[in-house]
Amino acid sequence: MSKAVIDALRARFPDAVNDAYEGVGGDDVAFVRKENVAEVCRFLKDDPALRFDLAPYVTAVDYLGVEPRFEVVYNLFSTVHNHRVRLRVKVPEEDAVVPTITGVWRGANWFERYCWDMYGIRFEGHPDHRRLFMYEEFVGHPLRKDYPLRGRQPLVAERDVPDLYRGPGPAGRD
Amino acid sequence: MDAERKQAAPVTAQEPRAPDDLDAPFPAKRMLVNLGPSHPAMHGTTRAVVELDGETIAAMKLDIGFLHRGFEKSCESVTWNQCFPYTDRLNYVSAIMNNVGFALAVEKLCKIDVPDRAKYLRVVGSEMHRMCDHFTLVGALGLELGAMTVLLYAMEARDLLWDRLTELCGARLTSSYCRIGGVARDLPEGWSEKTARTLDRCAVLRDEIDALLTRNRIFVDRTRDVGVVNREDALDLGFTGPCLRASGEPYDVRKSAPYLVYDRVEFDVPVGAHGDNFDRYLMRIEEMRQSERILRQCLAQMEPGDIAIRDFRYVLPPKPQVYGTIEGLMAHFKIIMEGIKVPAGEAYSYTEAANGELGFYVVSDGGGRPYKLGIRAPGWPMVAGLPHMVVGSLLADLIPTFDTINMIGGEVEQ
Amino acid sequence: MASEMDLVPGITTRREEAQNALQKMVSKGLGWARKYSLFQYPFVTACCGMEFMSLAASRYDLDRFGAALPRFSPRQADLLIVVGTVNCKQAPILKRVHEQMADPKWVVAFGVCASSGGFYDNYATVQGIDRVVPVDVYIPGCPPRPEQVLDGIILLQKKIQGQPHKLIDRLPPALPGQG
Repeated sequence: MSKAVIDALRARFPDAVNDAYEGVGGDDVAFVRKENVAEVCRFLKDDPALRFDLAPYVTAVDYLGVEPRFEVVYNLFSTVHNHRVRLRVKVPEEDAVVPTITGVWRGANWFERYCWDMYGIRFEGHPDHRRLFMYEEFVGHPLRKDYPLRGRQPLVAERDVPDLYRGPGPAGRD
Repeated sequence: MDAERKQAAPVTAQEPRAPDDLDAPFPAKRMLVNLGPSHPAMHGTTRAVVELDGETIAAMKLDIGFLHRGFEKSCESVTWNQCFPYTDRLNYVSAIMNNVGFALAVEKLCKIDVPDRAKYLRVVGSEMHRMCDHFTLVGALGLELGAMTVLLYAMEARDLLWDRLTELCGARLTSSYCRIGGVARDLPEGWSEKTARTLDRCAVLRDEIDALLTRNRIFVDRTRDVGVVNREDALDLGFTGPCLRASGEPYDVRKSAPYLVYDRVEFDVPVGAHGDNFDRYLMRIEEMRQSERILRQCLAQMEPGDIAIRDFRYVLPPKPQVYGTIEGLMAHFKIIMEGIKVPAGEAYSYTEAANGELGFYVVSDGGGRPYKLGIRAPGWPMVAGLPHMVVGSLLADLIPTFDTINMIGGEVEQ
Repeated sequence: MASEMDLVPGITTRREEAQNALQKMVSKGLGWARKYSLFQYPFVTACCGMEFMSLAASRYDLDRFGAALPRFSPRQADLLIVVGTVNCKQAPILKRVHEQMADPKWVVAFGVCASSGGFYDNYATVQGIDRVVPVDVYIPGCPPRPEQVLDGIILLQKKIQGQPHKLIDRLPPALPGQG
C-alpha cells in the first residue's frame, strides 16, 4: 500500500506519531501516543485525502512482561480511497486510560467496551462504560495473560429480577 | 395494603398530587419490555430491553454476552491448526469462511502462498457456505414474518448444500476444512457433477422463495422503509457487507482487495438504494445468484494439482512419508505437538464473509500457539447499531430488522 | 438399616396383580400420551441451533415423533431442549426457565456443549447444563447430526413410557422401620 497515509500523519502530528513502518503484507502501521489518539483519528476521518470513514476495528493486546504492557490497535479503512492503516497505541498498566474515539465514529463504542471488559483499559469520555460480554459481578479481566484459562469466579447471589413489565408502581410493588 | 396506602399518602390541600397517585392503577406511561436472552426472535442470545411508548420504541438497550465462549482465550492455548474448530463456531452458518479468513491471516504472517487448486477449493467451500448463510437468513426472515413455507424451502436447499459439504469435508456445519497452507481434503469422485445438480435444485428453491416473498404485499409492507440506515450512518456505525451495500455503498472486499481467486471469476456485486430491510433481503437473494455463478465458474476452471503446499514446516506430510521416512515422522510430530512455528509479528487480514468484512488480527510470538487472535466480527457493528435503526419504529419492526442484520451469536460474542 | 422385609422375595399374589393391572394400564397410557405429544421449548443459543432448524424442517421431520410444535413459553412446554453452549451469564436464565416449567417436564441436552461444556473448557462456559438443571437425555455431537438427535428423542420417549407418572403411580407406602 502507499506510504501516503503515514507521511501525511507524520507531517501533521510529528510528535504524536512515534514510529511508522510497513508491516507484513504491505500494511501501513504507525505508533501513536495515547494522549493524541482522538485528534489523530479525527484528522484521519476528516482529511479529504485520507477519509477513513468506516468505523475501525479496535482491539487490544496484552504484552505481559514488556513495558508498556498493553497496546490498543486500531485498524482503519477508507471506502473512498480504498486504503488501510493500523494505529498502535501503547498503554502502560498503571495508567491504562485512553481517550475515546466514539466521538469520531459511533461504531467504536462496543469495541472500546470490549477492551475494557477483556483487558481493563479505560476509555475516558466513553458514553456507556460498562462490561460487554461478562456479567457485571465478574472479577477480573479475562483476556489478560495473567488470568487463567479456566478461571473460576466467586459465587454471586442470584439477582433479584425487577418487575420490568409493571414498572415502579404504587406502594407494595417494587 | 389499602389501609397502608391511605395512611402513607395523606391528602393535603397545598401539596399537588403526584401523577402516579392519580394514575394509581396505571404505571408510568412508557412500558419496559424485556425481549430476553431466550427468545425465538432474538436468535437465542441477545437481550433487548425496549422502552415502549404505546407500540413505538422510544429507547432500546442491548445486552450481549450470553454466548461468550472465550474464543480468543481458548485459541491462545492451542496450536495454530487446532484453532480451526474454534473459528468454525464463530459464524456457524458459514463456517468455511471463518476458516479461510483465519488461514489467510496466518499465511500472511508466514508469507506463504497456497497452491492454485487449494485457492479454488477454498472459494468453492466459501461460496457454498455463503449460500447456506443467505438461505438461513431468508428462511428465518420468512418464518418470523409468518411465512413458514419459506423456511421449509430454505432448509431443504441448505440440507442439499450440506450433503455436498459432508462429502467434501466430513461435517455439515462445522467443517474445519482449511489448514494452514492449503485445505484438508480434495474433492471426492464425481463431486463437481453432483454439485452442479445440487446448484440447479437450489436455484429452483431460491427462485421459489423469491417468488413467494419479493412481491408479496405483506412482506413488502413489513420490510419496506423499515429499519432504514443511510449511507453515512452505516459507515459511521461500521457496517460492512450486504447491510452496507443495501445502504448504497458498493464496498466488497472481493472486488476492492481480491484474494484467493476472486479476480479470476466474473461476478457482480449487488448494491441497494434505500438501506431498509427489504433491500437487505434483496441483497441476500442476489448474492445467492452471484455465488452460484462463482461456484460454477470455479468448478469449471479448477485444474488438478496440490491441495496444500509441500512444506513440512507448515503442512503435515503425506502418510507414506510419515511412516516411511524419519523427516516425515519428525515433521508430523512437531507440527502436532508443538504447532506450526509462525514468525513473530502481527497481521490483519480481511475477507468478505457472508455478513461483511471478517477480519482476523493475529499476533504471533514465534511459537506454535497464537499470542493473540482478535476477530472483527462482521455482525458486531450491525448489532451495536440496532438501537439506532429501530428507535422510532414499531415493536413489530424490530423483528425483521433483527433478522436482516443477520446477527450470528457465535461471531458477535466470540 | 435393612429389615427382614428386604429379604422376602418379591412374589405377588394374583390379587395384587389384579389390583395393579388397572394402575399399570393407566400408567402406560399416560406414558404413551406424554411421549407422543411433547411440546418442546428450544432453548437455542449456538451452532446446534442450525441443526435444530434442520431437524424441525421437512427432511428430518421432528413432527413425526409428535414433538413438532415449539412453544416459546416455558409455561406451555414440557420438554426443555437446551441447544448449544450455556455460559455463566446464560445459566441463571436457563435455571429460571426450567423452574417456570410445570411438571411433568424433561430436559434434553442437545450437543456436547450442553452435555459437558464441549471443547470450551474455559472461564466463560458452564461445563454441562447438568450443573444447573437435571437432564434426562444427553445427545452428544458438535453439532449432532439430525439422525442422532432423533435417536435421542426416541430414547427420551422410551424413558417417558417406562417412567412412573405421579398422576397415577403413587409411591409405595413406607415399610415399618424405614423413612
